[in-house]
Amino acid sequence: MAGETGERGYRHGVTASLPLSVAVFGFGVSYGVLALSIGMSGVSAVVMSATTFAGSAQFAAASVLGAGGSAATAILAALMLNARYLPLGVTVAPWLEGGFWSRLLHAHLMVDESWAIASEGHGRWNPRVLLAAGIGLAIAWIAGTVVGVVFGTSLGDPANLGLDAAFPALFLALLAPQLRTEDRTTTIGDRRIPASPQAVAAVLGAAIALVLTPFTPAGVPIIAAGAACAIGLRRRP
Amino acid sequence: MSTIWLVVVITGVGTLALKAAGPVLLGGRPLPERFTGVVTLIGPALLAALVAIGTFADGQKLVLDARVLGVAAAAVAIRFRAPVLLVVILAATVTAGARAIAS
Repeated sequence: MAGETGERGYRHGVTASLPLSVAVFGFGVSYGVLALSIGMSGVSAVVMSATTFAGSAQFAAASVLGAGGSAATAILAALMLNARYLPLGVTVAPWLEGGFWSRLLHAHLMVDESWAIASEGHGRWNPRVLLAAGIGLAIAWIAGTVVGVVFGTSLGDPANLGLDAAFPALFLALLAPQLRTEDRTTTIGDRRIPASPQAVAAVLGAAIALVLTPFTPAGVPIIAAGAACAIGLRRRP
Repeated sequence: MSTIWLVVVITGVGTLALKAAGPVLLGGRPLPERFTGVVTLIGPALLAALVAIGTFADGQKLVLDARVLGVAAAAVAIRFRAPVLLVVILAATVTAGARAIAS
């Protein structure tokens, strides 16, 4: 079990997640406003924040629905973005105690930020830090969504406000930190490309989506872009 | 059930299943190395696609309009590590401003 025990673990989780919670609150406000702009009800936006509790996936689903995509494409796009939680869950699994419900609660409260805060290095994770940080972030995310939904109803036409541009701006803000990596080269077969695998996947993904847009229903180009991650298959560790 | 509630419920259940698969089902077993390399690249690929579509697509047409200016302003703000809420507000304001001037 991890070094920090008992109350100290919980307290560390709360203090470490506080600055992030402020940012997550603001992010939640934008989700509430944008969810309303594509025709979601306030209640459904808040319920989604409490249950899905994953920003990028919620925005992606809203974006696909807003573009006229089907429920299936919106769900698939959102779940593909959340696929990263499978390996994240595997990393924390050995450090969790308790039965089914306790493990399920820890899993639900595991988001990128709480996972990072709870990491103690050398493949160790502190479940108390994860729980405390996760609760703080969940409160900020849900409260932010509520404020956004309440505030959003008093706003006018989404296009006049430029809210359609807010979606891609937000996805760009989520993409940027993923591109700041140590890797400088990507090896595909015998070819070496002087860019990180993340950057190559991003460029390929954008290209696939744009090429398919005129020929496929809304949402499909985004799912098809996921095929770009196949370049990771041949990657050498 | 409406389309939106269908998306809310299935995405919620599916996300929890993805998060809980490791802690509840796998116990402490690791994931195959090949698999993790692929999973870490899904995020960048899909997010870049969402940026491209959100900036240039209008239904099934590709267009250049005021959104490009908003997203470009956002890119500059991101470059200077501005908070997400500021980035979003800036993109919307620049786009709305460009539309107001053009009309």
